[in-house]
Amino acid sequence: MFGLRHLPGVTSLKLDRGICNGCRMCMNVCPHAVLVATDEGRVSIADRDGCMECGACARNCPTAAVSVTAGVGCAAAIIVGALTGTEPTCG
Amino acid sequence: MTRPAPSAGAWILDRVPTPAGDVPRVAAALTGSDRLGTWARRWGIGRDDYAVAPGLYAVGAPAVDSVVLVTANYKMSFDRLRRELAGISAWILVLDTKGINVWCAAGKGTFGTDELVRRVQGTGLDRVVSHRRLVVPQLGAPGVSAHQVLKGCGFRVTYGPVRASDLPRFLASGMKADPEMRRVRFGLRDRAAVAPVEVIGGGGYALLVAALFVLVGGLGAGGFQLDRVLSVGVPEAVLVLAAFLGGSLVTPLLLPFLPGREFALKGAWVGLLGTVGLHSLLFGWPENRGVWALAAWGLIGTALASFVAMNFTGASTFTSVSGVREEMRRAVPAQAVALVAGLALWGVSRFTGLLG
Repeated sequence: MFGLRHLPGVTSLKLDRGICNGCRMCMNVCPHAVLVATDEGRVSIADRDGCMECGACARNCPTAAVSVTAGVGCAAAIIVGALTGTEPTCG
Repeated sequence: MTRPAPSAGAWILDRVPTPAGDVPRVAAALTGSDRLGTWARRWGIGRDDYAVAPGLYAVGAPAVDSVVLVTANYKMSFDRLRRELAGISAWILVLDTKGINVWCAAGKGTFGTDELVRRVQGTGLDRVVSHRRLVVPQLGAPGVSAHQVLKGCGFRVTYGPVRASDLPRFLASGMKADPEMRRVRFGLRDRAAVAPVEVIGGGGYALLVAALFVLVGGLGAGGFQLDRVLSVGVPEAVLVLAAFLGGSLVTPLLLPFLPGREFALKGAWVGLLGTVGLHSLLFGWPENRGVWALAAWGLIGTALASFVAMNFTGASTFTSVSGVREEMRRAVPAQAVALVAGLALWGVSRFTGLLG
């Protein structure tokens, strides 16, 4: 309700723990601490609703265990994208 | 290699010879004109053309084993980096991001794997330094794939902190980032820094709509009357501008304290309370104008502020594209209904006297 949190239950973030090699690059690049290390040396999603779909984790995952449909969370970009029939993008 | 123009600014001190050619040495402190440049861009002035030449730069007295820091060629990004490097000797590799900051350019892919590999090769970096490590700002990671950079040019990417101000601590601790260095925040200072661009960006439209209400204010039952421009048109224009500022400035500043997850809902509260409050101040409590005029402006102001606030999602640091799509699916129909209902009430109460 309050604070700097957007809508829950919407992110496209996925993690296939079966192919995670535990390199933790996704943890390093996530700006919202969405991923955490687990006891068995892999990672898990600890705060799914904190994900802003920036795509840093997926781009830096060497085994493609993390995937996300990245994009800009910007209403103006979505409006322009809808009007011009293109993907939402800044500027 | 790409050599930055030597006369690019007072921030270039001299040139440092390297096996790959001379490299400009830049000051690790900002001057008044650098700070003025930052301030102007925060107000949207000259924002699309504030770039430094891409390529390799030196700060301090770097040697073959000095750290290589990667950044974007938006001058504000470049300045933010070099002002933190007092007493540090480093190489700065500036990517061509078309004058866009690191995070936004990474989202677009211009601050990306291909450009980084190309720039490493083009500058002959492997002849300038003996190590094979690049420190890339963490917010460059949406565009840069560390394992592909390694494959592409043999350099290993280490992600540095989110904020340049944490770099000295990061470097001093052997390139270890603590969890706090990895988190993006959006505190009052950050929000106040990015809100002015929203105010300037939408301000022209807001003034246009406000001017329209000044003119239309003269109209009413009985034709155009000049005194009504002053008594009705001007105050109604003030309501429009207030709703706009409510969405573009007040909502961003109060963001975490306004109820609701959706920016549109946060803005709606500001718009509703703001216009109803201001309407009562300007026109007196409803008996002077009738409750319908007040309701009309409550609806119009709520819709306007809500829409403007919704557009602040793009300046925020925590909304996802899925989240904003969902927000818009909920909010845009409500905004449209409120606006149409508000304008209808406004028109009927103004021109027919039916609701007087």
